[in-house]
Amino acid sequence: MVRVNASGLHYRELNAIVRELLDNGEKEIELHDVCGQRYIGAGLSVKDAVIRIYGTPGNDLGAFMNGGKIEVFANSQDGIGNTANDGIIVVHGDSGDIIGHSMRGGRIYVRGNAGYRVGIHMKSYGDSVPVLVIGGFVRDFLGEYMAGGLLIVLGLEKDEEGNVVGNFVGTGMHGGTLYIRGEVEDYQLGKEVKAEEASPEDLVKIRPYIDEFCSFFGAEPDEILSERFLKLEPYTHRPYGKLYAY
Amino acid sequence: MYFNFTESPVPDRDFRVPSGCGVVGIMHQRRRLFSGETIIKSIALMRERGNGLGGGFAAYGIYPELKEYYAFHMLYDGTLEKKEAEDFLRERFEIVEDEAIPTRRVKEVKERHLLWRYFLLPKEEALIPFESEEDLVVDTVMHINAHIKGAFVMSSGKNMGIFKGVGYPEDIGNFYRLDEYKGYIWLAHNRFPTNSVGWWGGAHPFGLLDWAVVHNGEISSYGTNRRFLESFGYRCTLYTDTEVVAYLVDLFVRRFGYSPRTTAKIFSAPLWQEIERMPSEEKQVYTALRTVYGGALLNGPFAIIVANSEMMMGLNDRVKLRPLVAASMGDFLYIASEESAIRTVCPQPERVWSPKAGEPVIGELVREPEVQKIY
Repeated sequence: MVRVNASGLHYRELNAIVRELLDNGEKEIELHDVCGQRYIGAGLSVKDAVIRIYGTPGNDLGAFMNGGKIEVFANSQDGIGNTANDGIIVVHGDSGDIIGHSMRGGRIYVRGNAGYRVGIHMKSYGDSVPVLVIGGFVRDFLGEYMAGGLLIVLGLEKDEEGNVVGNFVGTGMHGGTLYIRGEVEDYQLGKEVKAEEASPEDLVKIRPYIDEFCSFFGAEPDEILSERFLKLEPYTHRPYGKLYAY
Repeated sequence: MYFNFTESPVPDRDFRVPSGCGVVGIMHQRRRLFSGETIIKSIALMRERGNGLGGGFAAYGIYPELKEYYAFHMLYDGTLEKKEAEDFLRERFEIVEDEAIPTRRVKEVKERHLLWRYFLLPKEEALIPFESEEDLVVDTVMHINAHIKGAFVMSSGKNMGIFKGVGYPEDIGNFYRLDEYKGYIWLAHNRFPTNSVGWWGGAHPFGLLDWAVVHNGEISSYGTNRRFLESFGYRCTLYTDTEVVAYLVDLFVRRFGYSPRTTAKIFSAPLWQEIERMPSEEKQVYTALRTVYGGALLNGPFAIIVANSEMMMGLNDRVKLRPLVAASMGDFLYIASEESAIRTVCPQPERVWSPKAGEPVIGELVREPEVQKIY
């Protein structure tokens, strides 16, 4: 294990150090006093490598990530897991806007709440199915333009109005599935999604991710799964198919 | 115009900068004064959000000994423009004091302007009947910016000032020696100009009287807002959308007397479908505000921080297209584009939160109870 003091380092310097350590075969890296450095772990491809971050990392943490694990013991900012292919990001605090932007694989777990446009344009490709699990609540535009993957909001914390998601949920969505634990009013839904109660089979499907969430943050899977989940899916996978003449 | 794009490489022409502006506001709600070093450190952390084409600061509480005079921070192309502006100022004000704004040599800042500050007392005979001193100041600022070519008013409030220019904010802050000033509210901006030019007057903050505004994003409703403001006597002359925000807060808070919160709800009005779901009384209020003040609705992606001597307010567009984070620690309120910019100057705030879209974060001065003097 190698400890790096990130204090005062520009992101280019810090990320060069991390890359060099990984190139030299280091599997466990701890970054201390991180404050705002962008792109940490971007393109990380070493399957069994772990980067632990103490302090607030900057935007686009784990962008284009292709394997390995990043664990943040603080809040994260905007755009974590941007266009990730594989790997795991674990955030022990809250997260910002557009997290999981265009993710095509891998998993993101956020213990607390997340901001606007969570999972925007997530997509699955071949066998890759991205998974994003938020422990608390999220703001507006959850799963905006979502094209594939699994997005799970546990609602263990609720927002100022007692909601677990904001408005315009699944606007423009045309693939993938949203699972929301808690109530969602019709007006909160985008025009492109339909909501129904999740079936026991659905819960079996999401169980491994709830288990993994609990293994990081210490909650009880059965307790989480004992409450009602809503399942949201798009009405059509080709919403604009009728729009164009051939 | 101030295009000096000859020697050094130009961002976005010679190299690409993937970024957006950065904003910070720090306020001590009991007027404790602190040095400009704090906010320079905070905005410098977000260097990647700008591209060196604009940086600036607003500081409140910096001229305690001259606090009853309007402090004008001026930007001149040269001595001729300075003389013309001074002649105009003397018609309306007594110049109590004036001097060059102190600067230090900083290699990153290629200064080509004359920077001067004045402390002004309005002349009795210059006041327009039924209008206030503030109206005279507003009219003066509008006149200079619109009609005196090569002269520009950066700020015009009491006991405050705006310091700005073309460069990265930490270099601009160093250039203006902001470490030597102490204020109780500070705003900072790191600019990444998108659809307007990078010139000294176009850097943020924008100010009028003691208002200052910093902004990340784009006011797409600029044309509508500008026409709305023109009908109230404001002239937009600075080639930058943010200008309208400074004039709109002056109009709504100072002249119309609305609270900062109501003003925020006029700028970032709730969507009609949200208004539809409100209880009837609230619905009536918001319907009226949107109907009457449609011309003041700010559209497009933005995160702004507005301040005057009494308060600081952060506000997002209604669908949250730009980042904004707030934190508090004792009497300090922090608002910034990124959480890390707050944590670099306040590592463990008591509370950190991301304001909801269209929901203002407002810091107001705590009114100290009057102390009874016993002799």
